[in-house]
Amino acid sequence: MATERRQRAPRPGLVLDVDRSTPPILFHHGEGFRLERLPAGRSRVIYPAEPLPGLADPEAAIRDALLNPLDSDPLPALLRPGMKLTIAFDDISLPLPPMRRPDIRQRVIEQVLDMAAAAGVDDVHLIAALALHRRMTDDELRHALGERVFDAFAPQDALYNHDAEDPDGMVVLGRTDHDELVTMNRRAAESDLLVYVNINLVAMDGGWKSTATGLADYWSLRHHHNVHTMEHSRSFMDRPRSELHRSNWRQGEVIKANGPPIFQIETTVNNNTFGHDGPLAVLQKREWEWSARDRASFMAMHAGLKAMPPAACRGVFGRWLAPYEMTSVQAGAVEPVHESTTANVLAQHLVPVQGQTDVLTMGLPYICPYNVNSVMNPILVMCLGLGYFFNLYRGQPLVREGGVVIMSHPTRWEFHPVHHPSYIDFFEQLLAETTDPAELEAKYEAQFATDEWYVHLYRTSYAYHGVHPFYMWYWGAHALQWLGRVIVVGGDPRAVRRMGFQPASTLSDALEMASDVVGPSPTITHVHNPPILMADVE
Amino acid sequence: MGIAHDLGVVRLGNRLPSPIRTLRARSFPYRAPTVPGGVEPPEALRRTGVDFDTGWSRRWAARMCRAAIVEGPMRAMVQVLASPHRTGTDRLADLDGPAVFASNHHSHIDTPLLLTSIPEPWRHKVVVGAASDYFFGSRAAGATAALVMGAIPIERARVGRRSADLAAGLIDDGWSLLIYPEGGRSPDGWGQPFRGGAAYLSVRCGVPVVPIHVGGTGSILRKGRTMPQPAEATVTFGTPMRPEDDERAPRFASRIEDAVTALADEASTDWYSARKRAHASTSGTLTGPEVGVWRRQWALGGRRRTPSTRSRRWPDL
Repeated sequence: MATERRQRAPRPGLVLDVDRSTPPILFHHGEGFRLERLPAGRSRVIYPAEPLPGLADPEAAIRDALLNPLDSDPLPALLRPGMKLTIAFDDISLPLPPMRRPDIRQRVIEQVLDMAAAAGVDDVHLIAALALHRRMTDDELRHALGERVFDAFAPQDALYNHDAEDPDGMVVLGRTDHDELVTMNRRAAESDLLVYVNINLVAMDGGWKSTATGLADYWSLRHHHNVHTMEHSRSFMDRPRSELHRSNWRQGEVIKANGPPIFQIETTVNNNTFGHDGPLAVLQKREWEWSARDRASFMAMHAGLKAMPPAACRGVFGRWLAPYEMTSVQAGAVEPVHESTTANVLAQHLVPVQGQTDVLTMGLPYICPYNVNSVMNPILVMCLGLGYFFNLYRGQPLVREGGVVIMSHPTRWEFHPVHHPSYIDFFEQLLAETTDPAELEAKYEAQFATDEWYVHLYRTSYAYHGVHPFYMWYWGAHALQWLGRVIVVGGDPRAVRRMGFQPASTLSDALEMASDVVGPSPTITHVHNPPILMADVE
Repeated sequence: MGIAHDLGVVRLGNRLPSPIRTLRARSFPYRAPTVPGGVEPPEALRRTGVDFDTGWSRRWAARMCRAAIVEGPMRAMVQVLASPHRTGTDRLADLDGPAVFASNHHSHIDTPLLLTSIPEPWRHKVVVGAASDYFFGSRAAGATAALVMGAIPIERARVGRRSADLAAGLIDDGWSLLIYPEGGRSPDGWGQPFRGGAAYLSVRCGVPVVPIHVGGTGSILRKGRTMPQPAEATVTFGTPMRPEDDERAPRFASRIEDAVTALADEASTDWYSARKRAHASTSGTLTGPEVGVWRRQWALGGRRRTPSTRSRRWPDL
């Protein structure tokens, strides 16, 4: 049965109008789930498209992309003995959840290195382009790049994490015509060729953002990771209307003029987050298509997770590796490559939706880009809901201006002390004073960004940079500006109130509270995400 | 005398009566008949060697039994003796359906090591090409090899159509084949030239060949020794290979040998250095230098441990 399902053409996304016969709808709820019945007659559910088929022969597709690049010479023609080659790659934040082995980065980098070996290139460095994210552990690097690459380069210190705070490790490439500083990792900047290997999970990723952000430092990032940029990106998932990307593209022009030659390799994956078979397969099925087996496995999983402590639940989900399949690979010059990549991402994610809604509901899952192998703290809950999910639109937001977002997540008052030390201070000290992103930016950003202890932890431990919680808060600035109210169902009331949101015990309560803002009998839209979808709102 | 005498039981000194001696003392019909002169007796139906029937070992009950042996005592034995370090299984991610696993061969421990290293879904649906003259020399040995390893008889002394047809038929039925293209264990620690069997079956059946390099097993139980010694072994899986258009088996066999040679280099150094040498055709050879015996041994260097012979402190007097 599963085989038959995989063999037929994948169905596009769906907008379901809820009626009396609609079954309860699945809401992700951190490391758990809720089944919620939405009001009939005024609710709709947006389902993602089914996973597109993966490339039949990914290795051959990668080789073909490297030998027939867009607006560039073939990769072997760019390689020569005695050259300085740097390969930069996306960090632990992509894809989500981490994918099963072999990771796409391993597939691509092995082929790049094989061509470099054929050309006799000796001076090769590999850099995790993590900007101000936490460093990747050896195990995480092994998973992303495979044993062979890790064992060949890590022992010689030729495989390492980007360090944006290394005083000798960064160079200034220039300024844009908007007076934006452009910095880059010294090794990458001084290379004869920089190969960037990317995984595009959402439309925001890739392009000049890979190098202009991934290999930069705080002084360069602050030109686009700020409240003004976020509030003027409608949305940052839609590059032509994203101020974030416009700034990155301006910095890209400087890199093109003063930086190393770049050979960009971008890949896309399908929506196969939970698999066609297996224990989590039910999570990417539409509720009315759940078989008896699906229902039994869901109930068993639900009951088991409820009986387990949160840390154990995190452990269970943390071990899940998504069976993503590669749907495209393109290589060559940054702009044409990214155009093709974005088209492939949108082919999987876009779901046409007619009109806006009064109330937008979303079930937030256990993972976001910044808590892989870590804890989903309240700031990341805000970032995932109001930053990522809210901005997954093209055209106009799914919810009308002044509308309400209802998020479902436990929102526990807990932090990973190693990964998110500055988050703790941000949450406990700054948010107690104000939740206004602009005020936080003006008063405290520089202090956190230059704090020596946070810099030390970023460089030597596995901590996100001191300024990172600010960026997470800015990520939701557009939503905070747009919305009339944010309600969190099932969250820790103290943590929810600390962020300026309202807690609710049940969805019914939340809808009742929402009617205070948007009036009685509001229209409701639920985004059935993940797997990822992007609303194309007309 | 009496009854004992009648039965042919003869007491010689203090020795106990022997049934075999008793039987030998009797004549036909207790013993096999002698053949009259000028008569050519019909050739007995051979049930050993390449004629050994292994079909029963691929039935459900035998497979369950073998799976229990492989995952139980065999895995434990391999872990104790070889402490294996397995790499490259991720290269099989895109492999679908049966394959020919082709490995170099140093030791009897190679087969248990590989049977516990080949990943699912191939591990429990694989047959092992085993020398018909060695493993199927008697019915008891053949039955043991077929049950424990899933062995099938392969003629190595000559090109045999029977064993090739058997292996090809099994591959067509969805079974994978583990084969040692060198034709036998290394006699001196160096490898031997690859024969064309794996390549031939790949071309004939249209399935890929997975090159495998096994290292370190010669130190555990090399040819000529009977007692194993624990040592560390490596198993390195290579990228599945398919014959190119119009490529013939000998040429493909040569490529398989090159791939195993590159894997050997990768296992002893690192992947990128090995790739550079492979592209520059300087990976070395599995078979070692073509020089005198002592120089071949010398060139092995640390690759082979010299057996420890305990010298007597006092001469025998």
